[in-house]
Amino acid sequence: MVTAVFLVAAILAVVSAIVAVSHRDPVFNVLSLVVTFFCVAVNYALLGAHFLAAAQILVYAGAILVLFLFVIMLLGAPQTGGDEVKRPVQKSAGLALAAIVAVGGALLALTLKIAPAEAVPAANTQAIGRLLITTYGFAFELISVLLLAAMVGALVLVKRKH
Amino acid sequence: MWAELVVIGGKLLVLATILLTAVPVMVWVERRGAAFIQDRLGPNRVGPMGLFQPIVDSVKLFFKEDVTPAGAHKWLYYLAPMISVFVALLTFIVIPFGDGRDVSVFGTPLGGLMVASGLEVGVLYLLAISSLGVYGIVLAGWSSNNKYSLLGGLRSSAQLVSYELSMGLAVLGIVFATGSVQLDQVVAAQAARLWNVVPQLAGFVVFLTAAFAETNRLPFDLAEAETELVAGYHVEYSSMKFAAFMMSEYINMVTASALMVTLFFGGWTLPGVHLTGWLGLIVSHLVFLAKVSCFMWLFVWVRWSLPRFRYDQLMRLGWKGLLPLATLNLVWVAAAVAMKWTWI
Repeated sequence: MVTAVFLVAAILAVVSAIVAVSHRDPVFNVLSLVVTFFCVAVNYALLGAHFLAAAQILVYAGAILVLFLFVIMLLGAPQTGGDEVKRPVQKSAGLALAAIVAVGGALLALTLKIAPAEAVPAANTQAIGRLLITTYGFAFELISVLLLAAMVGALVLVKRKH
Repeated sequence: MWAELVVIGGKLLVLATILLTAVPVMVWVERRGAAFIQDRLGPNRVGPMGLFQPIVDSVKLFFKEDVTPAGAHKWLYYLAPMISVFVALLTFIVIPFGDGRDVSVFGTPLGGLMVASGLEVGVLYLLAISSLGVYGIVLAGWSSNNKYSLLGGLRSSAQLVSYELSMGLAVLGIVFATGSVQLDQVVAAQAARLWNVVPQLAGFVVFLTAAFAETNRLPFDLAEAETELVAGYHVEYSSMKFAAFMMSEYINMVTASALMVTLFFGGWTLPGVHLTGWLGLIVSHLVFLAKVSCFMWLFVWVRWSLPRFRYDQLMRLGWKGLLPLATLNLVWVAAAVAMKWTWI
């Protein structure tokens, strides 16, 4: 049962990730990225990391990709993809990199003995919360300051035009 | 394992049936309620008190011509209503409808009508899934290739994103007070102490307002403001695809009402009533139904009593009114928890 769900989610995640980078219509790119994130969240949930799964959907699929969709729609996405620019160098470089990652990943998976994921204790939402404000408190605050700086920076850049 | 699957499948079937039946009933309540408020009769020709009107209406919707506008992005145009209904139905499985802890079927504990009773992320799951609902509206607005629907879709998604934040903060107050994100724990904590609405009145006001905005109901129905946008994001939709949007709106209303009952009004519990076994199961479900019905009527009542906000007023209320209020509520609850006041 769990294996079947994993296989469906994993295959769907990989296929939609490929669609996300290869489809010509930008709206489809974003939507297949949503499917990818959703399937990854399903896999998190299968591993017992329910909080991570919910956060993944809430933050990535529910907030960030909506903004992506917003920008694409407001900037007027070409519906047919008429003026396509050929980028032979980028394309072959990307394919080469993907091949290296695939072969390397396969080799790693074959050589490394990866222990099966341990069962996570039941109340892991609480455990994650505690870790975030104790052990990783400094990093957590640092990231929030970084995000704040990025936000202020964006505001400054926008204001300058007027 | 098979008995478990049968029980879960049965629950899902019952739940989907109840939700889909609630839609025509609510349509009837809304139309009769509107008529009552405006001092007219409303639909009263088909069946007793017009009770069969929604059935006739849905048959009509089934047989209406299904138009796809020229220049529409066909694939997304078909996908958008499906996303809306799917998301609306999916949010429901974590809500605890009633008490059934000591009742079992085929050797499997029934645990009431709640499907995912053990889901430990409870509230987070709800917020996560309902945040996906915006896709249905944005895609419907964009794929119709119509400027009115595009504007409606954009308005609605901006509204959803803004009010989601206040809603999340209001829910966070409940999580603070309960010490858990599981909805059955929230209910149990309220049964042991006070209903959350008493210590967290500000949080409830924020949640209620945000719920109206999230369901795109008056006074926040700017996405489909008839006088400016014809019908907003679903202006090009006809037949069952239009009905799908209506269905998701009403199901979202049921969800919002059920959430308010669960988070702030003690869920399926009544103070001083402790029943067990099948009697407890039935009574608790009826209590829940009664409480939810009150909120459903509130939705109708408000819709036909208040005028629509202007868009800048909506944004100002969301960011400058509700967000600070929700934050204040959070500070108050955090202080109370830090002082170890057990009654809160």
